[in-house]
Amino acid sequence: MFESLSAKFQGAFASLRSKGRLKSGDIAEISNEIRSALLDSDVALSVVDFFIGELKARTDLVLEDLNKSTNPANAVFEIVNSLLIEILGGSARRIRLAKNPPTVILLTGLQGAGKTSLAGKLAKYLKDQGNTPLLVASDLQRPNAVTQLQVVGESVGVPVFAPEPGNGVGDPITVAKNGLAFAKDKLHNIVIVDTAGRLGVDAQLMKEAKSIRDVVNPDEVLYVVDAMVGQDAVNTAKAFLDGVGFDAIVLTKLDGDARGGAALSITQVTGKPIMFAATGEKVTDFDLFYPDRMASRILGLGDIATLAEQAKGAFDSDTASKLESKFASGEDFTLDDFLAQLEAMKKMGSMTKLLGMLPGANSGAMKKQLEQFDEGELVKTQSIVQSMTPLERNDPKVLNGSRRSRIAKGSGRQVSDVNSLVERFSQAQKVMKQMRSGKGGMQLPPGMALPAGMPKAPAAKVINKKKSRSGNPAKRALES
Amino acid sequence: MALFSKLFAKIRGGQTSQSDWAEIHDSLIAADLGAKNAAEIIEIAKKTKSDDISEAIFNSLKSWLSQNSRALATNSVRTTTVMIVGVNGTGKTTSTAKLVSHLKSENRTVLLAAADTFRAAAVEQLQTWAQRLNVEVVTGPVNGDPASVAFEAATKAKEENTNYLIIDTAGRLHTKSGLMDELGKVRRVVEKVLPIDEVLLVVDATTGQNGIVQAKVFMESVVVTGLILTKMDGSAKGGIALAIERETGIPVKFIGTGEGASDLEVFVAEPYLNGLLA
Ligand SMILES: Nc1nc2c(ncn2[C@@H]2O[C@H](COP(=O)(O)OP(=O)(O)OP(=O)(O)O)[C@@H](O)[C@H]2O)c(=O)[nH]1
Ligand SMILES: [Mg+2]
Repeated sequence: MFESLSAKFQGAFASLRSKGRLKSGDIAEISNEIRSALLDSDVALSVVDFFIGELKARTDLVLEDLNKSTNPANAVFEIVNSLLIEILGGSARRIRLAKNPPTVILLTGLQGAGKTSLAGKLAKYLKDQGNTPLLVASDLQRPNAVTQLQVVGESVGVPVFAPEPGNGVGDPITVAKNGLAFAKDKLHNIVIVDTAGRLGVDAQLMKEAKSIRDVVNPDEVLYVVDAMVGQDAVNTAKAFLDGVGFDAIVLTKLDGDARGGAALSITQVTGKPIMFAATGEKVTDFDLFYPDRMASRILGLGDIATLAEQAKGAFDSDTASKLESKFASGEDFTLDDFLAQLEAMKKMGSMTKLLGMLPGANSGAMKKQLEQFDEGELVKTQSIVQSMTPLERNDPKVLNGSRRSRIAKGSGRQVSDVNSLVERFSQAQKVMKQMRSGKGGMQLPPGMALPAGMPKAPAAKVINKKKSRSGNPAKRALES
Repeated sequence: MALFSKLFAKIRGGQTSQSDWAEIHDSLIAADLGAKNAAEIIEIAKKTKSDDISEAIFNSLKSWLSQNSRALATNSVRTTTVMIVGVNGTGKTTSTAKLVSHLKSENRTVLLAAADTFRAAAVEQLQTWAQRLNVEVVTGPVNGDPASVAFEAATKAKEENTNYLIIDTAGRLHTKSGLMDELGKVRRVVEKVLPIDEVLLVVDATTGQNGIVQAKVFMESVVVTGLILTKMDGSAKGGIALAIERETGIPVKFIGTGEGASDLEVFVAEPYLNGLLA
C-alpha cells in the first residue's frame, strides 16, 4: 500500500536523468520523496531531517564522481543505503559476558513489547551456547506474567526464580535482588531479569525500574521495543534511557510487515545498538540483528534473506528435488506435482505479501500482478485437484464428462471451473515440453531469481513466453 | 472552544509563517497521522484565512472520522457476542476485562471465552481477571482448538441467556494467513450458535503506519466492527486510529487509559482530536 522508497526514488530519478548532469539542487528535489517514504516507514521526524541533511552533505561532496558514474541514481541510492546501515549500527554486537559471573541482563520496555517471550528466547539462545542461565520473574504486575515466564522457562529448560505469585503481590525489587543471590549460590553464569511493562511517562514506575537496576547492577540493560511502533518511538526510548538507562535494543515482532523505521529512530537518537531481532512466537524465532537487512526493509527493497528462509521452510527439499529431477528427465508434470506446488505456496503464507518482499515488487508491472493475484483462486484450484483420483491427477486425459461433474460436485465448484483448470493445465504441460526441448529461454529479471530451496518452477518461464499476466504457475493456470 | 490552543496561539494573530506551517505539519506527523494525511491538512489550511485555520484543521480531521455507530452492540432478546482480536500485545485480554467491568456496571451478565489457547499462561491471565470481576470463563486445553472453546462458550451463553459473551483471542500478526484463517473459523463456528454482533480490533496507541494494513487485513478476515485504542495514558497520541477510520470506516468505540479494569473510556471525538495536536 505504501509506495516503497525504492519505487519513489526511481520515479523521481527518471525525471532527473532527462536533465543530464546531476546538480546539488536535484538532490534536494528527490530528498522530498525520500522524506515522505521514510515517514511512511515510521522513521521519526527529527531523524528524517537529520538523515536528509546528512544525505545532502554527502552527495554534494561526491557530486563530481556521481556524474561520472554510469548510473548516478543508483549511486545516490547506494549512499542512502549505506547511511541507513551506518545509523542502524554497522555490524551486530554480542552480549558482553561479565568478568566475574553471573552476567546480569535486565529487560525493560513498554507494556506488550514482548519482554517475557523474549526472556525465554534469550535464555534458550544463551543456554544453547553452553551457558547456565536463570530467569527471574520480576513482573509482578500483569496478571499471570509469572506463570507465563514459568511456562516459557520450562519449555526451554531454563529454571525460573519466582518466589512471588505476582498479580500485584510481591516486591519486584526484592525478587530481583534475591534472584541474583540465588543465581550466585547455584552458580548460574547468567541471570535474565524480566520486569513489568511500563510507560515512559509513568514517573513512579520508572523510578521502580531504576531501583531494580540499582540492586542487580546489570551488565546489559536491554530495551525491548515492538517493530510496529510509530513516531512515539523516540519519546519513549528517551524516557527509558533517562529513567533506567539501557545498553542495547531488541526489536520484536519483525515477522510482521511493518517497515520498522523505529529501529532507525531509536538507534539514531539514543546512540545504542540493536542487538537482537525477534521474528516469531516460537522460542527459536530469534536472531542477531542485521543492520543491512533492516536497511533494505526500511527502504522497501525487500527482505530477500527472510523470503529465502520462508521459502526453504515451505518447500521441503524432497518436493523441490523431485520436481526438479522430473523436469530434467522429461517426465510429465502432473496435477499431483501441481498440487504439491500449490500446497507449498499456501504454506509460504499470503502469496501477495510474500511476493511483496521481492525487490521491484512495487514497480508498475509487478505491482499490477500482485494486485490481481487472488488468494481465493489458489484455494479453489486446490480443492478441484483434491477432488480428483490419483489416476486423474496423473493423466488428466481420462477426465470425461462424468468424471468432471463428479469432481465439480466433490469440490463444490462448477463443471466449467474444472474444465478451464484442465484446459490451462494441459496447455502448461505442452509448453513445458517445448521448453524442455530447448525452445523457450525466458530469463527472470535480475534480482528476481527464485530463492534457494524453491524448485525452478518451469511454468514460471512458460508464462512469460506465452505473454501471460502472472509469473506464478498456479495463477497462470487459472488465467483465461 | 480552545482548539489546539497552544499551537495556534500565535497563528491567530495574523500571518502564518513558513515555520508555523512546518510546526503544524510536524505535529500531525508526530501524532502518527501519516505523511499523506498531514500534507493534505496543510494544503487545506493554506487555503484558509488565518483566523479560521485552527477551525479548518479541526473540521477536516473531524470529517475523516467514521460515520458508523460508536455504541457497543446490544441485543435485548438474546446474547450479544463480542470477539476481541488484534496483533500481539496490544491489550486484548486487559480490554476484555475492562469491557466486563463496564458491562457489569450496567448490570449486564457476561460470560468469557478464553480462546487464546496458544500463548503461555494466556488462559490463566484471563482467569485471574474473571475471578477479580466475578464472572465465569470457559476454557479449553492448552494448544487446543480456539474455535471449539468459543463454540462451547457460545452454547453455554445461549442456554443461560447471558447478556454478553466476550471471546478473547490470541494475538496474531495479520501477515500470518494460517492464523487469520483460524480467526475466521472461530467466527464461523460461533455463528452456528449465535450471530457475532461485534468484532473489536484492539490497536495500541503507539502503533505506526502499519496499523492501517493491520485493520484492513483483520477487516477482511473477520469483519471488524470497531476499534479499542489502548495505552492512551502514554505519550503516544494515537493518530493512527484516525488514519484507520479514514481509510476503513471502522470507528473507535473505546479507549484504554491504564492497566486497571476501570481504565476504559467511551471514545469522544473532541478531546481525541484536540489531543492529536496538543
Ligand atoms: N498503560 C496501559 N497499559 C495497558 C493498557 N491496556 C493494556 N495494557 C498493558 O499491556 C500489556 C499487554 O496487555 P494484554 O492484555 O496482555 O495484551 P494482549 O493483546 O492480550 O496480549 P497477547 O494476548 O499476548 O497478544 C499488559 O501489561 C497490560 O497491562 C492501557 O490502556 N494502558
Ligand atoms: Mg491476551
